[in-house]
Parts: sequence; structure tokens; C-alpha cells
Amino acid sequence: MSIEYHEEDVPHVLAVDDNLIDRKLVEKLLKTSSCRVTTAENGLRALEYLGLKENQQQNHFNGKGTKVNMIITDYCMPGMTGYELLQKIKESSVLKDVPVVIMSSENIPNRINECLEKGAERFMLKPLKLSDVLKLRHQLIKCSTL
Amino acid sequence: MAAVSQLQRQFIEYTTSLYNEGYLDDQFTQLQKLQDESNPEFVVEVVSLFFEDSEKLLNNLATALQQKIVDYKQVDSHVHQFKGSSSSIGAQRVTNVCVHFRNYCEEKNLDGCLRCLQQVKHEYILVRNKLETLFRLEQQIVQAGGSIPMME
Repeated sequence: MSIEYHEEDVPHVLAVDDNLIDRKLVEKLLKTSSCRVTTAENGLRALEYLGLKENQQQNHFNGKGTKVNMIITDYCMPGMTGYELLQKIKESSVLKDVPVVIMSSENIPNRINECLEKGAERFMLKPLKLSDVLKLRHQLIKCSTL
Repeated sequence: MAAVSQLQRQFIEYTTSLYNEGYLDDQFTQLQKLQDESNPEFVVEVVSLFFEDSEKLLNNLATALQQKIVDYKQVDSHVHQFKGSSSSIGAQRVTNVCVHFRNYCEEKNLDGCLRCLQQVKHEYILVRNKLETLFRLEQQIVQAGGSIPMME
């Protein structure tokens, strides 16, 4: 079954994960859930894409003129953790309202609370299932045109 | 030419045994659910990535454990990757060894780590062979004009 989407109707998700297999998997899960996906292999790349890296001009079009409707990120990443990435996003006036979902293979209550308190929309345990992502897509992503 | 139904029965039996013996878990089924006409090679692609990645990780682990002064944080970081990717494709037995491996890293137990390295390599080779056999069976079915049975 193929559905024709107009650019504005398809939610655009930025998926961040340092693990290649997980990146490919989350991309497929999101595409199967009718999302457009951009992947980043670490927090720094994600920030660059979002236009949040230091010295980058902040504008309403986060970097490349493409609006991001949701960010889903792994927690354990080298350099910058998912939590630190979440912090940076919440500190941005332009991006603080974009829902951020944190994924982790480890079920650590302190970690989960910390992320939720920082404003993560949801914490999901890996490995992700298609049913989880479909639910997420329906519940979280609001496609609003500027 | 081999009968399609015979091949399909073989496929079902083989797949069932892989789940029963714990080589694969439900996550592998999840991968299969994601395969469709727009991406008919998805499972093979992801599993091939896993094979490449695993072989790199095994080499890195061997090197890290051969150092005069072992950096257990580094070893743990490799095992964490391995645990993650094996879990994502449903290679349950590999994941299980990784769990023990991480405990030995935490304890800085070199013997334990070396034993786990052997074990994880062994389990990886086993599941790789099993998956290659599974993919070969699939190919045979398709070549004989049949369709691959859906495993529920």
C-alpha cells in the first residue's frame, strides 16, 4: 500500500544513535510508521543538524530549512549522552517544544526519572518494537506548519 | 527441482528450532515484520551489518584484552556495543554472554573476560552460520518459485 504524502503532512524525525545497526533499525521503524527520517551518529552531529552548535546562527529553520517534529535519541553515546543532548535542546528557545524521546537498553529508574524531569517526552527501552513506534507516532507527532 | 512445499517445511522446521534453542528471539521476528516490497532485502541487510560490526568488535576486544595494562572501560564499551547490536537483531545467546562479560569488566577480572571473549566468539560464529543457512533456504524457496512462509 503506498500513500501519497505532501511534504508538510509527513512528520520529520531526527534519530540519533552511535550504533550503526540500531540507527538502521530505528530509521526503518520510523519510515514504516510513515515518518521522514534523518539520522545522526552522535550528539554533536545532531546539534549541527539542528543548528544548535556553538557559533552557529540560530534561526527558525534549524539549519537546513527543514523542520524537525521529533527527536529520538539513544542515551549511551560517546562524547555527549542523550541526556546532555536533551538538555541542549530544552535550552534552545527555537527547539524546546520539539518532543524528545530517549532510548536505552538499560532499565535504570534514576536514569529514566532524570530524563523525564529534564523534559523528555518519553523513555523507551531497546530494542524497539514496531508497535511501540507506531504508538509513538500517533501520540506525539503534531505536524504543524509554520 | 526441489518441491517448494518440502523446502518451505524445512524452512519452518529450521526457523522453529532456532527459536527453541534460543539462538534467535522475538526481536528477529520484529525485523522480518519490517521487511516489505519497498525494502525486500531489509533483514539480510541488517544482519550483514551485524556480521561486519561483530567481526570488528571481536578484533577490538581481542586487542584490548592483550594490552599490558587492560583498559576495562574500553573493553566494556566494546561489549556494550556488541550487546546492543546482538539484542537489536535478536541474537539472544550472544546478548546473554555479553551480559556476563560486562560483569567481569566491572570486576576487572581478566580471566573472566578472556573466557567470555571465547564464549561470545563461539556464540557469534554459531548464530552467523545458522542465519546464513536460513538465508540460503529462503533463496532456494524463492528460486523454486515459492514464497517464504511467515512465522507467527
